[in-house]
Amino acid sequence: MSLDVARLKKDFPVLEREIDGKPLVYLDSANSSQKPQQVIDAMSRFMETSYGPVSRSAYQLAANATELFEGARQKVQRFINASKLEEVVFTKNATEALNTVIQSWGRANLHDGDAVVLTQMEHHANIVPWHILSAEKHLELRWVPLTDDGQLDLTHLDQLLDGAKAFSVTAMSNVLGTLTPIRLLTDAARAAGAISIVDGCQFVPHNVTDVQAMGADFFAFSSHKMCGPSGIGVLWGREQLLEAMPPFMGGGNMISDVRLDGFDVAELPAKFEAGTPPITEAIGLGAAIDYLDEVGMDNVRRHEMDIAGYTITMLKERFGDDITIYGPDNVEVRGATISFAFRGIHPHDISQVLDQTNVCVRAGHHCAKPLMRILDTPATTRASFYLYNDESDADALANALDGASDIFNF
Amino acid sequence: MPGLEDLYREIILDHYRSPRNRGTLETPPAHMAKGHNPLCGDEIQVYLIVGDGYVEDVKISGQGCSISQSSASMMSAAVKGKTVHEARRMIDAFRSMMSVHERAVAGNRIDHEEPDDYSDVKLGDLDALRGVVKFPVRIKCATLSWNTLTQALEEATA
Ligand SMILES: Cc1ncc(COP(=O)(O)O)c(C=O)c1O
Repeated sequence: MSLDVARLKKDFPVLEREIDGKPLVYLDSANSSQKPQQVIDAMSRFMETSYGPVSRSAYQLAANATELFEGARQKVQRFINASKLEEVVFTKNATEALNTVIQSWGRANLHDGDAVVLTQMEHHANIVPWHILSAEKHLELRWVPLTDDGQLDLTHLDQLLDGAKAFSVTAMSNVLGTLTPIRLLTDAARAAGAISIVDGCQFVPHNVTDVQAMGADFFAFSSHKMCGPSGIGVLWGREQLLEAMPPFMGGGNMISDVRLDGFDVAELPAKFEAGTPPITEAIGLGAAIDYLDEVGMDNVRRHEMDIAGYTITMLKERFGDDITIYGPDNVEVRGATISFAFRGIHPHDISQVLDQTNVCVRAGHHCAKPLMRILDTPATTRASFYLYNDESDADALANALDGASDIFNF
Repeated sequence: MPGLEDLYREIILDHYRSPRNRGTLETPPAHMAKGHNPLCGDEIQVYLIVGDGYVEDVKISGQGCSISQSSASMMSAAVKGKTVHEARRMIDAFRSMMSVHERAVAGNRIDHEEPDDYSDVKLGDLDALRGVVKFPVRIKCATLSWNTLTQALEEATA
């Protein structure tokens, strides 16, 4: 293993918790990750010693809070290799980031009947906003299909992109764990004259992120899946595109002037940050980035390749035909988010049985109902691993599955 | 944590394994209502024929977890052949059995109201689902088919 997981686990106080005398086996990080002490402390310390409003007041406390808040923005910029600080917009989460692009860029740049390309493995956050806009713009939504092993089927990509205005695609599936070939996709989009919007919500917590190398035009992610607090997310966009877009939400902070007959917008990134931002959460996100930087995202990725490989092989060896693992087997093209079907037992029942031994997995459609229809199942069970999970967690999962076999042995 | 034996009682697993009244009925004469649990994606269809104030036939189709499927199966067996009035009272009695906890969890003021007396309603096998209230997330699974039946009854008697 490339990470000292036993040591990392100790950084996450909740993982020390026992329920009914049994340790917690947290395998739901694709849903939301746990928080290290370093993040908890940074947020507490900030509120204890330095909390103040940002960007509004002249006194020292506020100026200092603003500095720390903007410092968090710089950390994000470095972490995703954005070329400019102004391109980093704080939002509530990835959902708000995607809605901002789709509503603002979409309203200004799309016309009746324009085509937009999505994939069949998108999260609802990258589907529903398009449906909402489509009610107004009558968009033609085109869908990149999937291969049998849950990768994008790019056979007809060029036809799909032909004449399209935007390609909105996930960098990693929250259900299948599949990593998509982002650079290839953004290159194809650019060649076709379409902008590319990348949903990086599952990618950023588990991989080295370089938005410039990815060739994206917009990029969205959430703090809560990457060891940071909930309540803050990021929209990154190319400066010229963000400059040309109308604001999404109106209110304080996003204006340079307001009159009885109108308003002028503020400079980037304030233009897209209406209202009081998530201040303490930004400090927490900054601390999460420091934490991940210290562990090293390349180490996180290598560790997750190892643990994904171990888990998939182990589950198949142990359960044979009784288990169906969705998504690719090859760890080069997948992360450690593993959805499966087990012995025809409903995922709800599986997660219920697993909960008896504190094995936390998600059962359901994972906000990807179109994908569920393609997999021809209403729900899957999903175990998702992170830097604080190791083989013992995978083994606990397998042992708990045996328990489900015992109850539903028919 | 309550034990799984409170949830997965043998009789529940039996109904899950061999669901009663599974299938569809031709509409019309039957009425069909659809229910789904947006949380987990479970879907259910209740087909109902009501004639002369009686539930003449009921069939269930769809898919879901052991709790939603067994609850639907037991429900179909319980209401078939009953009068519409009896079926409605059974729905109320079952909901009451499930929602005591649901309401308490939601902190709803209905809590303070005098509970209705359903001691005259014989729930039979359905009593096995009583343990579900100890698992609040699963209450919606158990009540899915009943809410759908209510809808179907409404349409059939409109
Ligand atoms: C791929 C993907 N996109 C978008 C989102 C939305 O993230 P959030 O709920 O934090 O806005 C998620 C979260 O589950 C996700 O997995």
